[in-house]
Amino acid sequence: MSYEIVNRPHQQNFIDWSADKPEVVVLTADLTNSCEVGRWRDTYPERFFSMGMAEQNMLGVAAGLAREGFEPWLHTFAVFLYRRPLDQLQMSIAYPSLKVRLVGFLPGIMTPGGVTHQAIEDFAVMRAIPNMTILEVGDATEAESVIDVAHAVDGPVYIRQLRGEVSRLFPKDEPLVFNHARVLSEGEEITLITSGIMTEEALRAMPLIKQKGVLVKHLHVSTIKPFNDPQVVSAVTSASKGVITMENHSIIGGIGSAVAEIMAEHGAAVPLRRIGINDTYAHGASQKHLMEELGLNAQSLVAAVEGLIGRNLHIAAEDLAAARVADVHSAAKAEAL
Amino acid sequence: MTKTQRASDQWLTEVAKGIRQRVLGHSLKNNGGYMSQACSAAELLSCMYGGLIDLPEVPEPLLPRPFAGTPGIAGKNRETGIEFHGGRKPDRDRLISSPAHYALVIYAAMIESGRLHEDALNDFNKDGSTVEMIGAEHSPGFETTTGSLAQAISQASGIAIARKIRKETGNTWVFMSDGEFQEGQTWEALQAASFHNLGNLKVIVDVNQGQCDGPMDQVMSIEPLASKIEAFGWEVVRVDGHDTDAIFDAGKTVTDKPLMILCYTDPVRGLPIMQSRFPTLHYLRFTSETEKATYAAAYQEMSK
Repeated sequence: MSYEIVNRPHQQNFIDWSADKPEVVVLTADLTNSCEVGRWRDTYPERFFSMGMAEQNMLGVAAGLAREGFEPWLHTFAVFLYRRPLDQLQMSIAYPSLKVRLVGFLPGIMTPGGVTHQAIEDFAVMRAIPNMTILEVGDATEAESVIDVAHAVDGPVYIRQLRGEVSRLFPKDEPLVFNHARVLSEGEEITLITSGIMTEEALRAMPLIKQKGVLVKHLHVSTIKPFNDPQVVSAVTSASKGVITMENHSIIGGIGSAVAEIMAEHGAAVPLRRIGINDTYAHGASQKHLMEELGLNAQSLVAAVEGLIGRNLHIAAEDLAAARVADVHSAAKAEAL
Repeated sequence: MTKTQRASDQWLTEVAKGIRQRVLGHSLKNNGGYMSQACSAAELLSCMYGGLIDLPEVPEPLLPRPFAGTPGIAGKNRETGIEFHGGRKPDRDRLISSPAHYALVIYAAMIESGRLHEDALNDFNKDGSTVEMIGAEHSPGFETTTGSLAQAISQASGIAIARKIRKETGNTWVFMSDGEFQEGQTWEALQAASFHNLGNLKVIVDVNQGQCDGPMDQVMSIEPLASKIEAFGWEVVRVDGHDTDAIFDAGKTVTDKPLMILCYTDPVRGLPIMQSRFPTLHYLRFTSETEKATYAAAYQEMSK
């Protein structure tokens, strides 16, 4: 399977989108080019604010701007938006339910920056924060359209955004729709829920799994909170053999947990297999290496399906379509992080 | 009628006296209160509500609303306590109060200065009331939820940036306590306000040199405060926080930089019997009926 590769889907798109929205302001914390808003800064210098490496203050300043009717779009790495400044995120932004957009780049294990740069529990933390909306994009089309979805939310929004070389899995004219999953395949035995970069990874294995006669309903989700899309509820409560979740996040508190909650509340009596980071920290290594080491890959999906249906599918690793993972030193990124 | 020009010396003195008296009366009635904060901040609060800060007028003392619920998405329960400060006017000042545990003292100051109805204190710390013990954004005179200290100065900086973008001429003031200078966020905010040239941001601090655990120089010293803040690019004026002339003079400082007025205060001013409790001044709770009677006598004396 090969997809169109889009370079820096956020960069020019966000500039064009902001042109008729004077209320949109951008704040960064020393990662401006790394978050594809260097040109935005040069285009709209009067509404760009460099806040330096001081995220606690940045979140508070954003709250003040939002209280005055501006719409601050904070751009930094995902991990720096919630881990250090969690109290500010909660008390200055989430409690008053302000229209602040937290655009977090390099979610999960997408960075070789190591444990300090890897947001592996952001869903878990953010899902527990009242008033928070959480979105995650899975391809270039969603990276482009997520800004409209976030803009429409009258409250704080956290976005797991993609940068650099990004595959276009979904047609450009099929934008991300709030709280509405994409149905990628239909089937009654197994329901597979994937999000973010795990969708592309799952798509490496899905044709083979289907070829072997397994009936899989595959949904791609982009709205992580709220997590009550009727399509998702129906799919995870009606699968006859089991449900699988795949996320670039800890298996605790993310999509796997959200699905488990729905299944338990509805009394769904089939097993759930959560593919994700298995309650461990990661470390500095390439995305490809970490996905393999942590089992965030198509092979894990095949194994989970085999476990649920109780038979070996005889799919060898080499049968799976070649993984496409952006090169660490891609020219589409400001640095190797 | 609320004040927009500098109030008379008599008005300032009476309001300061009224703040101490009202907080002591309330503490006697409820067996406790943030009394030392009233003693330290009475004059600076009387100045703040007596014309130092150009707050829009409030036509008559307002009654607090009952608590409507926590804010939610789609604009639910977003009302703040800004109406007690006269709302948003481009050419007028705003005041963001940071030390939320000063709430009782701030409510008293707003009652004494004609912004808050005196019956408001009947709702203090009562279930379903906005007149909370630790003020939050729905409480009278509050706009932000800053019981977790040091978050107001950042939010006020955002408000000041917004007002600068809109070319509003009014200033944005922050009332802070000195303990907040132990928090890293305060220093992040100081560096950013000076970097972004927020000449429309002004901070007034009650430097009472005390905190929950005791005197700040025994818990975590912040001195020399003035030179540190100056080094962060601010204009700093250090005054006797009980000298209303000095506070007003400090407010007139002409500068393009953000302005910091450090009001050094005495945490037992006006109620010297509290000195015997030193160093435990953060919260006044009477340990015996005898002690309470001593404070009741002081209250009678104060009321003369």
